[in-house]
Parts: sequence; structure tokens; C-alpha cells
Amino acid sequence: MSSDVRFTDFKSDKQPTWCPGCGDFGTMNGMMKALANTGNDPDNTFIVAGIGCSGKIGTYMHSYALHGVHGRALPVGTGVKLANPDLEVMVAGGDGDGYSIGAGHFVHAVRRNVDMSYIVMDNRIYGLTKGQASPTSRDDFETATTPEGPQQPPVNPLALALASGATFIAQSFSTDAQRHAEIVQEAIEHDGFGFVNVFSPCVTFNDVDTYDYFRDSLVDLAEEGHDPTDYDAAKNKILDASKEYQGVVWQSEKSIPYGEKRGLDTDMSRVDEGAPEGAMDLVREFY
Amino acid sequence: MPADFNWAIGGEAGDGIDSTGKIFAQALSRAGRHVFTSKDFASRIRGGYTAYKIRTSVDPVQSVVDRLDVLIALTPRTIEENLEELHEGSVIVYDGERTTMANVEIPDGMVGLDVPLKRLAEEAGGAIMRNVVALGAACEVTGFPIENLDSALEKRFASKGQALVDNNKEAARSGQDYVAEECDVDLGYELETTDSDYVLLNGDEAIGMGAIAAGCKFYAGYPITPATDVMEYLVGRIERFGGHVVQAEDELSAINMALGAARAGARSMTATSGPGIDLMTETFGLVATSETPLVIVDVMRSGPSTGMPTKQEQGDLNGLLYGGHGEIPRFVLAPTTISECFWKTVEAFNLAEKYQTPVYLVADLSMAVTEQTFTPETFDMDDVEVDRGKVVDEETLDEWQNEKGQFKPHAITDDGVSPRAFPGTVDGAHMSTGLEHDELGRRTEDTGMRVEQVDKRNRKVGTAREEETWDPREFGDPDSETLVISWGSNEGPMTEAIEMLAGEGIDLHFLSVPYIFPRPDLTDAVEAAERVVVVECNATGQFADIVEHDTLTRVDRINKYDGVRFNADELAAEIKATVAETEVTQ
Ligand SMILES: Cc1ncc(C[n+]2csc(CCOP(=O)(O)OP(=O)(O)O)c2C)c(N)n1
Ligand code: SF4
Repeated sequence: MSSDVRFTDFKSDKQPTWCPGCGDFGTMNGMMKALANTGNDPDNTFIVAGIGCSGKIGTYMHSYALHGVHGRALPVGTGVKLANPDLEVMVAGGDGDGYSIGAGHFVHAVRRNVDMSYIVMDNRIYGLTKGQASPTSRDDFETATTPEGPQQPPVNPLALALASGATFIAQSFSTDAQRHAEIVQEAIEHDGFGFVNVFSPCVTFNDVDTYDYFRDSLVDLAEEGHDPTDYDAAKNKILDASKEYQGVVWQSEKSIPYGEKRGLDTDMSRVDEGAPEGAMDLVREFY
Repeated sequence: MPADFNWAIGGEAGDGIDSTGKIFAQALSRAGRHVFTSKDFASRIRGGYTAYKIRTSVDPVQSVVDRLDVLIALTPRTIEENLEELHEGSVIVYDGERTTMANVEIPDGMVGLDVPLKRLAEEAGGAIMRNVVALGAACEVTGFPIENLDSALEKRFASKGQALVDNNKEAARSGQDYVAEECDVDLGYELETTDSDYVLLNGDEAIGMGAIAAGCKFYAGYPITPATDVMEYLVGRIERFGGHVVQAEDELSAINMALGAARAGARSMTATSGPGIDLMTETFGLVATSETPLVIVDVMRSGPSTGMPTKQEQGDLNGLLYGGHGEIPRFVLAPTTISECFWKTVEAFNLAEKYQTPVYLVADLSMAVTEQTFTPETFDMDDVEVDRGKVVDEETLDEWQNEKGQFKPHAITDDGVSPRAFPGTVDGAHMSTGLEHDELGRRTEDTGMRVEQVDKRNRKVGTAREEETWDPREFGDPDSETLVISWGSNEGPMTEAIEMLAGEGIDLHFLSVPYIFPRPDLTDAVEAAERVVVVECNATGQFADIVEHDTLTRVDRINKYDGVRFNADELAAEIKATVAETEVTQ
């Protein structure tokens, strides 16, 4: 790890193909800043990305990375981190990726509390497949596949995380560069699974949950004096559907990451040249 | 005395059939006898007929046969289920004091041994030990020294305290004494013991042991019959060698976790059965495209859908060979014996890493859940080799950089294999993806690069064909006019069938094929034979189709898909019939 890492070291020379104005630009910049600020460099960082416009993020960043299949980024990140605890692992994806096809993995990744961060670019729509309803779309949000709106309430990802036993829950707004980077940084620094739902507007397909909408409605929890270690206060904020919050909503002071609980502290990439010492004992057990 | 002795215990699921059978199998193995076990179990936890069968001999045994010499019947149904295998003089141990067993009729010519199992067990400390009383009775009937049973009981119960061990020994003694004093049976022979030391294990355990031997450090899986034993074996053992097991939330997660660990540089594995393979197939393509080494074990059971979860079948072969959208280079290894489950697992890891390709290791239920004895040297850990392939480090990495100093994890090479840099390697940072990509791993739809990458990945198979050996295992007489080919666990019964038929003057040439892809070229052997028979546990003859495709020759097929493995006598009879039939038509 070198001390003079700048956030641009995490930038690849690939030009993003996101629509001009897409919220994902800001989300990515904040992630890169947070990684650099926490003393990481591309060679010790592993980014796992989902599928969707959001999932392209791994391509535009520079680090060890895997761009996997739709919805399964969290298990990949889990495997990477458990196999090599020295790596900084960050998983990124969209709301469709994380809360629809990957919802099952989300619940279990939260429960497992592996020491990594999970950044969801929540644009409340499917961007890459050109504008269908996502699990966080409003119930009257009209799209080509839901002409009358989904007619089902949106998933509340923060509530899902809290109910699953999350140890760190935060929300940020991609265009509020400073706050967003700070919040992601806190997620990285958290001992355990750091979950950040990022409002990352889709300027092409979502004309409801826009920059203006978030700018007008966002309430910053830090400014409100919210104490993220107060579970009941966190629960109340999360269940309050009338407001959009930004900031760290909940952080458990008792979080023990999975790897620590299980005593996983070594890089598993090292393997002996033959069978490991003592392997013959495995055979003797069958006497 | 007969060359082999066949024993079984049967009752309802929940009666402790499995552990009782295992204790007796261990006692026999510890007494230097070869053992081959088989289980007949239903897909339920309580109720339903269950049996554990042991065939034992001083010579190696490879299969089950249609004969039972001693049967411990805990329910009347146990007798009904085994009527065909019982013969004149077979001994049936039962507890006539049990209401359900009070009126059982012992078939003509057989010896009923009414032992008050429950009462004796209670006197020794608890009704739960009634099966152990029965084992003691069996020792007396067969003249098998009960000290061997003691040592198996010690092994089984040692962790639960000496008192329990002693109670069990006492229970066994009471069974033995009862038969000695109250019953008049003479089988006319005694089970000999030898000084040989054998180990007794099943295929799932052999796979787990092979994985640890090969340096596997990470395993993620989701429980499914009959693959769960692999995970159960690894938990608690792999940790001793610096590894870890995760029980994932489903198979999609399991394979993705295993993939993540492999990307981090760990030797990594997952195991499942058919339904889980279906779920994993999506990620299988990603594993291949991102050129990640991964071992995926499929312990086949009867399908499709949930099929018959506790029954034998070899029906997944086409799925493993062709499953997944697009075209995916892969290796498919199929161990043919329990000991090969160990060695093929080791080989699977080496192939996966040398060629940076997913490897399917396919076993079947019969092999996975049955135990067999081996000499410990069969698993000589000194023979385990580890080949990690083209891993680059800080020093060697610059050979694989482009002019901008970027690492090329998917460099186009002659042998199709690119360099691997584990995360943490300075200047090796790169991206991998399931999207088609260039040498740097970045998405591309450039027609030229697409073709180059597809060719590169497929070239690995050609390289592996040349560099590795893909030979079949050969048995019998190479000059015979009848060639039998099989894969998977059919090898055991087949080798015994060969001996049986040789005794009748029918010589066979037998090739047991442990490699499904790539696989040996069987053309010469097929052309040299007058008739070719492919034996497999499925309805359509998936391997027979492959043989026909490869050799451009029609073959005969013996297929079994009733959920039960082949046994040696049955196979011998079927082959004999096929031989006779083709003689008539020729
Ligand atoms: C198994 C599978 N199903 C469907 C798709 C098609 N698909 C690609 S992206 C996407 C939705 C992405 O939505 P979201 O995660 O919200 O990301 P966004 O594009 O909005 O950033 C879908 C359904 C796929 N790639 N794989
Ligand atoms: S479609 Fe929407 S989410 Fe996708 S790049 Fe364009 S603005 Fe961003």
C-alpha cells in the first residue's frame, strides 16, 4: 500500500458510456475518493460489480475487479474477502441487481456481516434494459412493462437491511459529492458489512426521482443530530416513508465481522507444493 | 466357507440403521476384512424402509450381490423387501417380543433367530442400544470375534464418554450370550480376520479428502442429497489446514462465493447435485469466460426436477457437457471408484488452475454414499502434486504488460493459457468479466477480438489433450470380441461381472472411462471388437451416444434407471444375454 495514492489512481482509462448527467458519475467519484482516503490502492482493492448501468462501474475504475452475472455480486465479494482478508472489498450494483434478482443474497450478505462495503446505485428504475420498473419504483410509476405502475409498494432497502440484522446502514446522494464520499468512507471503515444506498438518478428513464426531487426533499441526518448508534431512532427514520434521508442511519457498536468471528485472517492463495503437512492424518481417521 | 459374506440391517428410517450398519462395517474393516456397503434409503427422516447392506470378504470387494446370509430385521417389511436375496440357510435376527414382530413368519428353509433385542438392551442400560444387541448376536452367529466390535464401538462413542462405550459393549455381549445360550444355529463357517489395516470411506468423503490434499482452502455449498457429505466432511477438517467452509443461502450464491475465492487466488470448490447444477449453470459460463479455476462437484441423483433424491442415476452427463448458454470450454472428470474420487479431485484442481477453466467432477449417488475398504497407501499423500499453472508475481508480471504498463490477464497465447495475477500483486490490477473482453479484460464487441478470445479459450482444450493423459481404465481380455464400456460407479460391479463371466467361458474387454471431456479416443478398441456394449445408469444412453458419435459405430446399450445401482450378478446376466442375442443376429 503506498501512501501517496490519489483518487484518480482508481480511475481506468476507459471512458464511461453512461448518459451525460447520469448519477453514477458522482457515485463513482465518491467511491474512488473514499477508497483513496481510507489508504487503499488499486492493487489491494477488489471491486465486484453487478449488472446494469450501475454495474459498469468496475470497468471505469482501476483495481482488481470482477464484473459478474446479474444479482450475484455480493456472494462473489464474500468469497474474495474470506479468501484474502488483506484485500479491501467493495461491491457495487443497482437497485434491480441488488433488491430484485439479488434480494436473497442481500439479506444473507447483511446477516453474514463480512467486512466489506456494498454500494447500491438506486435510480428507482432499470436503466440498462431501458426503463422498466425496479423494486424501488413507486407503485404508480408508469413504465413500458408497468403501464399502470407496478401497483405494489416499493422495497424499503434500509428496512430490509435493518430487519436482516445489518450493522451499518447509510444513504447518500451521488451529486452531493462531499457527503457521499464521507458516507462511503464510513462504510469502508466500518468493521463489518457497510451498506450504502445511493440516490443516483437516471436522467434518461426516470422523470420522477430526479436530481431536483432529491435536492428538495433530502434531509441530512447529521444536521438533524441523529445518533446512528440509537437503534430505535434509526428504526423510526427508516420506517418513516414521508422523508428521504441522507447520512449514516444505523451503526451497531457491537459488530463483529464474520471473518473475525471465524478466525479467518490469512490469505488463502498460498498453497503447499504437495499435500499439506499432516494430510495423512485425514486417511488415518478412517481406520 | 463362501468367498464373501452378506449382511444387512433393515427397519424404518429413524431406527438408527445407518449408524448400526456403519459400526459393523468398521468392525469388519478393523478386523482386516474387505467391506463394501450399500444403502437403501428413502427420502424421509422418519418412517419408510431403510437398509444398510454389507458385503465382506478377505479379498477386495467392488459391488453388491443378490444374496443375504444374515439379516437383522427390525420390521416385518425388512423381510419382505429382501425375500429374493435371502436363501436356504439365511439367518434372520428379529425381536419376537416386539408387537410388530410377534407374528412374523420366517420363510421356509431359513433360520429365524428370535432375540429379545429391546429387553436385553434395556437391561444393559437403554432400549436405544437394541441394534447393538443385534450386532452382538450377529457376531455369535458368524463366529466373528466380538473384540472387533468393541473397538468399533469405542471409535463411535469415545467422544461421548467411557460409560456409554461400556454400556454398548455390555449390550453387544448380552446379544452374543443370548444366542450362545438360547439358540441353536450353525452357519458352518466363521468370519476370518486378518492383520491387514484398512480404511473405510465413501465417495463423498474421498472427494472432501482429495480437496484438502490438493490444497483447497475455500468451499461454499448448499445442502443437497447426496452431495451434502462433502460439505460435512470438510467442515471441521479444512480449518485445520487454514481453510473455510461457508453454507451459502443457495447454489447461486455458493458458486459465486467459490468463484470470488478463486479470483482471490484460493483453490476453491463447491459441490451439489443435479438441481443445484441447474442453478449454478448461469455462473458456470462466467467462471469459464473470466478464466477462473474452479472445481464444481456434481454428485448425481435421479432426475429430472427433484426426481428421486435418494436414488442412483447417471443422468446429468449431457447437462454437464453441454449445459449453459453459448459455448463454454470445460473439463468433465468422472471418477469410477471411491479411491478415484480422491485422485480425480486432486487432478481436477490441477487442471482447473493449469488451464484456468471450470472443472466438473461428476460422481454418482452409489459411489458417494457407499463405503469401501482400502489400504491407507491408496491415498498416499506423498503422491499428491500441486500445479498452480501460470501464476505471475511482481518480477514476472512485466512480461505480460502492454506498452502502457497494463497487465493482460487474457493475453492471447499459443496454448490458450494466459497469466494469472492474484489480487495484491503490485501493478497487476485488472478487471475480469463475463462480457466478451480484450486482453486487458475490458468489454469489447470488436469482431476480431471476439474471435481471438473464443479461439484462445477453446485452445486450452487442445493443449490439455496433448499435455495430459486421458486414458480409460482397462480390464479383462483386450482380444475379446466383446467390448464393454462404462463410466462412473459401474466399474465395480463390472469388474466382478467380468470374473463371473470368465468362469463361464465368456471373456470380456472392459474400458472404464474416467474422463468425459476431454475423453480417450475409443475408436481403435471399438473397431477391434465384434460387439460393443455401453453400460450406464440412465434411460437414454447418454454415454453410448457419445461413443457412437466419436467412433461412428453403433453400440449396444445396457441401461438401468430404476433408481438402483447395478449389481454384479445382474450385470453379468445382462451382458450374457446381450452376447447371446448378438450371436443370433449375426
Ligand atoms: C439473468 C439476467 N436477467 C436479466 C438480465 C437483463 N438485465 C440487465 S441489467 C438489468 C436491470 C438492471 O437494473 P438495475 O440493477 O437497477 O441497474 P441500472 O441499469 O438501473 O443501473 C436487467 C434486468 C441479465 N443481464 N441477466
Ligand atoms: S440509462 Fe439512466 S442509469 Fe443508465 S446511464 Fe443513462 S442515465 Fe445512467
